[in-house]
Amino acid sequence: MEAVKEKTDLKTQEYFVNMGPQHPSTHGVLRLMLGLDGEIITSIQPHIGYVHRSIEKMCEFDNYRQIVHLTDRMDYLSSHTSNEAVSMLIENALEIEVSDRVKVIRTIFDELSRISSHQLWWASVGMDLGALTAFLYGFRDREMINDIFEETCGARLTMNYNVPGGLMFDIHPNFQKRVKEFITHFKTKLPEYDQLLSDNVIFRMRTEGIGVISKEDAISFGLSGPTARASGVALDLRKSHPYMAYDRVDFESIVMDSGDTYARYKVRILEMWESMKIIEQLIDNIPEGDIQAPTKALIKLPKGEFYQRVETARGDFGVYVVSEGGKSPYRLKFRSPSFSNLFSLTQMAVGGKIADLVAMMATLDIVVPDIDR
Amino acid sequence: MLAFSIYDFSTLTKSIHESLLSTFSPGWTMTIEWTIIGLILILFAAIAVLILVYVERKVAAFFQLRLGPNRVGPYGIFQTVADFIKLLMKEHITSKNADKFLFNLAPFIIVTAALLGIGAIPFALGLHVFDINIGLFYLTAVSSVGVLGILIGGWAGNNKYSLIGALRSGAQIVSYELSITLSLLVIVVLVGSLQLSDIIASQENGWWIFKGHISAWIAFVIFMIAGTAETNRGPFDLAEAESELTAGFHTEYSGIKFAMFFLAEYLSLFIITSIGAIVFFGGWMPFHIGSWEAFNNIMDYIPPIVWFFSKVSALIGLIMWFKWTFPRLRIDQLLNLEWKYLLPINLFNLILVSFIVLMGWYF
Repeated sequence: MEAVKEKTDLKTQEYFVNMGPQHPSTHGVLRLMLGLDGEIITSIQPHIGYVHRSIEKMCEFDNYRQIVHLTDRMDYLSSHTSNEAVSMLIENALEIEVSDRVKVIRTIFDELSRISSHQLWWASVGMDLGALTAFLYGFRDREMINDIFEETCGARLTMNYNVPGGLMFDIHPNFQKRVKEFITHFKTKLPEYDQLLSDNVIFRMRTEGIGVISKEDAISFGLSGPTARASGVALDLRKSHPYMAYDRVDFESIVMDSGDTYARYKVRILEMWESMKIIEQLIDNIPEGDIQAPTKALIKLPKGEFYQRVETARGDFGVYVVSEGGKSPYRLKFRSPSFSNLFSLTQMAVGGKIADLVAMMATLDIVVPDIDR
Repeated sequence: MLAFSIYDFSTLTKSIHESLLSTFSPGWTMTIEWTIIGLILILFAAIAVLILVYVERKVAAFFQLRLGPNRVGPYGIFQTVADFIKLLMKEHITSKNADKFLFNLAPFIIVTAALLGIGAIPFALGLHVFDINIGLFYLTAVSSVGVLGILIGGWAGNNKYSLIGALRSGAQIVSYELSITLSLLVIVVLVGSLQLSDIIASQENGWWIFKGHISAWIAFVIFMIAGTAETNRGPFDLAEAESELTAGFHTEYSGIKFAMFFLAEYLSLFIITSIGAIVFFGGWMPFHIGSWEAFNNIMDYIPPIVWFFSKVSALIGLIMWFKWTFPRLRIDQLLNLEWKYLLPINLFNLILVSFIVLMGWYF
């Protein structure tokens, strides 16, 4: 009798698991402190700061030309777009008009880096959900874009192609040909992505209805980019505040309503099609013109506050500069999309399972150096 | 003089037995024979695993647009040997506060369980270590002992990831054991015997997959799903789930102890596919069609051992194909699949096949 009583008194206990800083699916040095009841997540606390390099503080000691290159190291998958944000801020502050050629080339590069970022994201979604083959398919196609970047600006990841006033150098003579080759290639390969993951029964079971973020929550968490658009928030800076050549191209901003993991997945897949559409419209119509507007060697911004936003592959990337009129900013702040997107996890993941958390993290598409800066 | 025929190994074993008897007493003969058999089985297991690991890596590379191992030896065939030597020489790390005895015991349990199964597999006519009357039951029984090793190993390592992996594995293997057994029972009902030699002999005029109507097909599909789950392979590799649990139940193991988990995984893959080949595809029995004498004679030219290993290879290829294509299931979906779909279908299938047998609607 005593033994039976003891058995019925058995209690379950919550326990804590540190997921990260070294963990295969946190995509970098991010630590998630999970409270677990068996497999079910009861609390989640992201701990960041493992790759903090105080880039914002460094910017206060660098001149404006150098700041452009520091932004490479934040969101390394859309380094071109981050460079562009700082360059555009300086151009707007100094009222420099960049040529049409620069605008079009920058837009093509933006969209190419969006595709390449989404390809890497797709590859890692597959890997996180256990479909290891997807990883290499994603990288196969991304390689072509990297080669195109390499040919024009000499770098594959941290490109440093933008400078205040334009571009560092003109495009490579092969550029148009190779971009067109890539588009024809990728149009045949993108349906393969659907065959391998999107239409897979297990994949659909793992993602549909998981990690739902409502429209209201998406707005209050400050989500942006594909993550927000999957929740029905039609926030796309390319549409609402067109910059560079986005006002002259015809494309659709993909918005979905369900806000679950599958919607976030699907938005990015469809965005790759839209990006290809944009590139196709521009690639044959690159106007002639200067690739750099004349600027002074040492740029000094007028006294005041400046803000510039661009749409990176992850969302709304903002640069805020307070200038005292000197050669470097008095204070500089980056608004990084991954930071806001990450913290929506604290709401999404609770009540789900560990495996769900991995799927949610994968479709949030966070880049840890962008969170920590 | 040793009599040897590739078509019937019993002549070889008989002549070895007789030549030993002529030199030694019956007791010594038996001791020597069992020692030889034991050595051959262990050697076979080691070589089979080395080959399987190599094949898996090449298959994975083929699916993933890579070349796979291609540096050590021609086409990289010695890569797994080199890896094995590396694992042998690595440091044994035991995590702090681990239960040392159980931690060291777990790899042995899991390897022993896998090795036990190999003895009961008929590789060819006459190449069968022990043909007991409950052969199929024995195979399913020993293949489920391995889960003990996983549970012990996961618990003893004092790592939360290992513990979660072990608990997942426990739930998974206990559930899918039911499906495996029930799907095999379908064929047992058709044959009327659990003895492996009987099951193979019953397929002389056609394999059960062709003779067993729709029931055998359903049973085969369920067997493949449950077999993949039983061997902890993708898409059912929840116990390892590297993107969730880093390495699951063997997170804390290093060196040769890790290699033993690896060995057991591939051995159980071999055993499960062997069971599938024996029960559904006639084991070493050549492909025969009813009363087509000429065709059957041509098929008989291919040695039974080739038939057996090609069937096993085909099934292994199928399971590897699953692994390198599908994403992983979640634990609740995995258990739903078993208890809500496979088990009811299985029970219905068993009733169906019993009815077929009762009415004599099979040939």
